[in-house]
Amino acid sequence: MRRYLLNRLWQSLVTLVLATIVVFVGVRALPGDPALALAGEDRDPESLRAIRQQYGLDQSWLVQFWQFVSHAARGDLGQSIRTGAPVRSMILSALPVTIELSVLAILIAGVIGVGAGVVAAVRRGGPAEWAANALALLGLSVPHFWLGLMAILYLSVALGLFPASGFVPFFTNPVDNLHHLILPALILGTGLAAVIMRQTRSSMLDALSADYIRTAEAKGLPPKAVIGKHALRNSLIVVVTIVGLQLGALISGAVVTERIFALPGFGKLTVDAVFQRDYPVIQAVVLVTATAYIVINLLVDLLYSVIDPRIRVRGEA
Amino acid sequence: MMAVAEAIAPPRSNSRRVVRRVFRNPLALTGLAVLAIGVVLAVFANWLAPHDPTQTHLSNAFAPPGTAGYLLGTDDLGRDVLSRIMFGLRASLHVGLLAVAFSLVIGVPLGLIAGYFRTVDALISRFTDLVLAFPFLILAVGLAAIRGASLGNAAIAIGIAQIPGMIRIVRSETLRLKSLDFVAAAIVEGASDAWVLGRHILPNAGSAVIVQATVGIPAAILGEAVLSFLGLGIQPPAPSLGTMLADAQQFASRAPWAAVMPGVAIMLLTLAFNIVGDSLRDALDPKASRR
Repeated sequence: MRRYLLNRLWQSLVTLVLATIVVFVGVRALPGDPALALAGEDRDPESLRAIRQQYGLDQSWLVQFWQFVSHAARGDLGQSIRTGAPVRSMILSALPVTIELSVLAILIAGVIGVGAGVVAAVRRGGPAEWAANALALLGLSVPHFWLGLMAILYLSVALGLFPASGFVPFFTNPVDNLHHLILPALILGTGLAAVIMRQTRSSMLDALSADYIRTAEAKGLPPKAVIGKHALRNSLIVVVTIVGLQLGALISGAVVTERIFALPGFGKLTVDAVFQRDYPVIQAVVLVTATAYIVINLLVDLLYSVIDPRIRVRGEA
Repeated sequence: MMAVAEAIAPPRSNSRRVVRRVFRNPLALTGLAVLAIGVVLAVFANWLAPHDPTQTHLSNAFAPPGTAGYLLGTDDLGRDVLSRIMFGLRASLHVGLLAVAFSLVIGVPLGLIAGYFRTVDALISRFTDLVLAFPFLILAVGLAAIRGASLGNAAIAIGIAQIPGMIRIVRSETLRLKSLDFVAAAIVEGASDAWVLGRHILPNAGSAVIVQATVGIPAAILGEAVLSFLGLGIQPPAPSLGTMLADAQQFASRAPWAAVMPGVAIMLLTLAFNIVGDSLRDALDPKASRR
């Protein structure tokens, strides 16, 4: 177990360093001289030199890389070219929106996906399984941003059930906050729910035919207790695994969902930065996303090995 | 040469039996039919489309579906929605195939190498971890910032994002096949690594690769739609189902059909691909028949 943990930690660290190098090189591959962009109108050679000196652009790449890493590690991600605001505070104000949206989406997807998956496995061959399978297939095939547009068009604008856009911080008004986020979270969760449903169904089918379940049934345990107990443990593993595997899709999905529902989150920051060619922000956003992805995946793996002891053995192989 | 290895090699999935199984499944047949229609509409869009997809007719703006000459209506500039969908399907399929081809060309050899030569396995695994650390949209954002937004760059970003999945599938198939007797026999008989990989492992891993590719195409089509929707894909006025939705968002209450139809087109196309992919996987996998 300890060896597995250390190994996993080491792998994450290597990936993190590689990701940092990719971001650093990527930013230097951007078209245009950053000094020119920073100088704006003032383009005489003297002030360009001053800017290069101030931002360390006259140093070697190795020195620049070290500065980039040490600044980033201290939370200094530079300043937006557009607004001059520190990138750090831009990210810190956008992140809570995205985190809340994603957590809500995962919760919704977990409840729907596990529920439908269990029903499909238990009621095999019936109309319930057919309906659950059809829903999962639809959930995988439907473009979520289109579903979002349709929801705004028909549920928000036509029926007035939900606000079409905007955001209210949770601590300002929790009810209003949820009212604004429930529709985007539902939309973001559909794809995840479909994947969780399929996996839950297939692992439930495996479990239902396993010997220990037959033993439990033979002991005279009522079916509800058998399914309830084993389904719960299994589905926990399924949800944790899928969230780890689908994290990238979830992050990408959050960007689009925020764009559609005009939520002031991390995704909106990302897309805006690209269109405004705000390179320091793009660099920070990519770095933060990659870091978050690596760290969350590490946590998922660790959590996973806590829930399912078999993984530890396999992980060492 | 290679007598023992050839003799004890497992029979490959009989392609005729697989085709027969797929064709006996009514759902799969429906999926194939929808797919065929979509491909025909996209490929022959030049001849089949009733209008030029970029031609604006301001006097016909916001014509509802069913208006004479405009079966699915027109958008805010009076452009024919049906014609734009046909050309949009072409862009979708183009990116779908290009992205999957990209992931095949890079992912399959890397997967074979990672599974067969354990020494480079860790290196390739770090590479896949690295690619995975940049979620597809973030990758596309970075690529669009460096190389500009275009259909080709969108396909590359989607293709790169699909490489890790392809590597993992091929790697695990290679690991599984390597441990089987017939491959061991071939190695004992003195076959070169290239021979074993090309003659024994790759053909037997083929069905897993095909299934992964069929799953990859609809994912890439959805990815293209997202990128174009955000303005990171194909550039206007060229039609893509994603840009059509982005445009229609601004006048959706006035002309809901312009927002509904392209989404339905994307959904039907990806649904058809997913159904065919599912039934192909069931037909190829003997274990799956019990589910």
